[in-house]
Amino acid sequence: MKDFGYTVIKQRTIDYDQFDGRLLSDVLRMEPSFKTCLSCGGCTATCSANDLVSFNIRRINLSLRRGETYELESEIQKCMLCGKCMLVCPRGINIRNVIMLIKKSILKYKSVQL
Amino acid sequence: MKHIVIIGGGIAGMESACALTDAGHWVTLIEKEAQLGGKLNQWSFLFPDFTPAEKIKDTLFDKCQERDFSILLKTEVKSVQTHQKKFNIETFGGQKLEADAVVVSSGYELFDARRKEEYGYKIYDHVITSADLEKLLRPGSDLSVAAGKNPKRIAFVHCVGSRDEKSGNHYCSKVCCITGVKQAIELKKRLPEAEIFCFYMDLRMYGKHFEELYREAQEKFDIQFIRGRLSEAAEKMDKSLLIKAEDTLSGRPLKMNVDLLVLLVGMEAGKGTATAAAKCSIEYEDSGFLKTNDTFLFSNFSSQEGIFLAGSCTAPMSVNDTILHARSAAMEVNSWLRKQ
Amino acid sequence: MQNEGKQKIWKDYQKEIADDHYFYVRSCIRQNFFPGSEQTFLKILRAELNKDIFENPHHTTCSGIGYHSDIVPFDTIQTIVARQFALMTEAGYRNLAVSCITSFGIYNEIIETWKEFPNELEKIRNYLKKATGREFKIPQNVSHASDIIYKFREDIFARKKYSLTNHETGKPLKIVEHIGCHYAKMFPGKGVGGAEFPHVLVGMIESWGGEVIDYPERRHCCGFGFRQYLVMSNRGYSISNSKKKFESMEPYRPDAIASNCPGCPMFLDRWQYVIEEMEGKTYGQNGRGIPVLTYEEMAGLVLGYDPWDMGMQMHQTDVEPLLDKMGIEYNPDLKYAGKDGKQIGQVKMAGCKC
Repeated sequence: MKDFGYTVIKQRTIDYDQFDGRLLSDVLRMEPSFKTCLSCGGCTATCSANDLVSFNIRRINLSLRRGETYELESEIQKCMLCGKCMLVCPRGINIRNVIMLIKKSILKYKSVQL
Repeated sequence: MKHIVIIGGGIAGMESACALTDAGHWVTLIEKEAQLGGKLNQWSFLFPDFTPAEKIKDTLFDKCQERDFSILLKTEVKSVQTHQKKFNIETFGGQKLEADAVVVSSGYELFDARRKEEYGYKIYDHVITSADLEKLLRPGSDLSVAAGKNPKRIAFVHCVGSRDEKSGNHYCSKVCCITGVKQAIELKKRLPEAEIFCFYMDLRMYGKHFEELYREAQEKFDIQFIRGRLSEAAEKMDKSLLIKAEDTLSGRPLKMNVDLLVLLVGMEAGKGTATAAAKCSIEYEDSGFLKTNDTFLFSNFSSQEGIFLAGSCTAPMSVNDTILHARSAAMEVNSWLRKQ
Repeated sequence: MQNEGKQKIWKDYQKEIADDHYFYVRSCIRQNFFPGSEQTFLKILRAELNKDIFENPHHTTCSGIGYHSDIVPFDTIQTIVARQFALMTEAGYRNLAVSCITSFGIYNEIIETWKEFPNELEKIRNYLKKATGREFKIPQNVSHASDIIYKFREDIFARKKYSLTNHETGKPLKIVEHIGCHYAKMFPGKGVGGAEFPHVLVGMIESWGGEVIDYPERRHCCGFGFRQYLVMSNRGYSISNSKKKFESMEPYRPDAIASNCPGCPMFLDRWQYVIEEMEGKTYGQNGRGIPVLTYEEMAGLVLGYDPWDMGMQMHQTDVEPLLDKMGIEYNPDLKYAGKDGKQIGQVKMAGCKC
């Protein structure tokens, strides 16, 4: 194949039609309060990890809802499970449980794949 | 006995007419259509508690029936002249009326969604407006023509014709956010297998029980809210629609395929209100809505003494707010007449 | 798709197109990209439609590409445009027929600027007078050359030799249309049919027997967009945008792509070759590319002009599949023969493994 000095660039658009919703539905089934997230960012503002490393707990919801599982797996490792976010959340979401559920579910789907 | 002419027989006109009759005045209500009720005739269920629109309408009809005032249907005002503190009103039918005060309750028109050409309303088969959907939400109506036999995914677009330089409307129409939430829930009840998305810029849940309904939409009905305005819709080979928006909270463009696209159309002052402004020589704002004397204490007063304003001819308004505004217009007319 | 909805929009965006006595302004790049197209346009107007169309060899580039690349300042381009108008005025014409979409946008932008800011107009009159001694009138009518072909599309079809149908099955050919951005996106009212559902090419294709494909990425960028192409390291943007369109139109199995811009057919044509070289992928039928036409070439084919006389051998996606479907007779041996019969050299092609 010829090299012209430039290449076709991979699209970064979220293609919702390619989205595998299994992880999301697992988490929502076991922690329905997570459905009500408003993306207000209160959790991220108070997060004790966010101040030290790039960790955005608000985006966990979005990554889950857009099927960005790969990013999610490494991101949640940064959570120290202190639960401070739950004190702030205006919708009373059990965020710590969400993190735990994501960890479990990722392992589940990984083991199925293996 | 003082005579008051009310221009526009929607819910604002009906409520004002009843209240002014109760205050002991003679009222003539002029309506251009064949029946009273205005835009409410086109609505099925009202936010935030799904009250049938019929119920509100019937109650208002009954209220009008019980009272003695004159109603001119299929009648349009030709001219309004002021002469020695009286208003001389002529209709296109040649009727001449003399009034001591005038209430303008000419209402609004829905934004014509064809003007947002990029959404393909009236071009793509499965793009409808919230007003179209409302008719389809009546019990027993057939959704399959608009949504297809087995719709998997449905999207609502907020702010169509509102908050939009391109549409020429800078203002917020106020009621569309909650209408979207209400209709999304109703659709989910009818089509439990379908995924439903709302594409919004801000969610403005300003009224009583609005926020609660939004929460219910998320919690009980799994409605998903994506913050981002649709840039365009395109029809695919199978008649489904490819829609594009930015998922602004993720900071990335997003595309998805939907089987039905619902455009939440906003309110415009419309032709009726523009005509009323011209005929009565009263001022209007850049938005086209009629200018009130102030925002707080004189919201029923027009720029001309003796001409009062009621309802959504002054700004986008919910049914609830319209009725309250109409009632307050009647009070202002009454106290003004007593001072004359 | 409901056609009545589109017809309503088309009615809303009708523009005035002068019907004779044009001053023709050529494109600087089209003569390299599609060298026969402008000649074909002149031939159609003069020989088929008996119109008076005049051009002056002193006409220059409008410098639009330089302007859009931030090289030519606004004052400069306004003065260059004023000079073109002076040539038109001196020749006794008031109707501008513009070959290029970029120039069409430039002319409209500058005329509108002068309407909004009369001081600019006075300044430019002064600049032109000082620099060249010339004076000018603003054209009465600015039409893109595709507007003119659109206006006379039925007259052209009345003289047709071929139609945009498959000569074996009689079925309409499926054609993708692509409109240059500066045709109607700057001023929707100055394009036939507006910006979202332009009618200018649709009208030609349908009048000449073809069927238009409205595919999901119809509105997407063709891949030209000055900045994505002019710098070589940016060309990844360009080819990726074109590719997005090809992938979106491919399932409709289009027989051809038609465009009214200099850049769009250039990139939609050339990138098919490059994508095949880079990824081995072609988007037409039987492993070949989708032929790309200018509207003049499309009109010329309908009128029975020889494809090689129109310069269609300069395409890098070979046009033969379309010629064969239309039943056009052509001599393959003469494809690369110059006017004097000598071979002019062969371009590299998509979809023919050469």
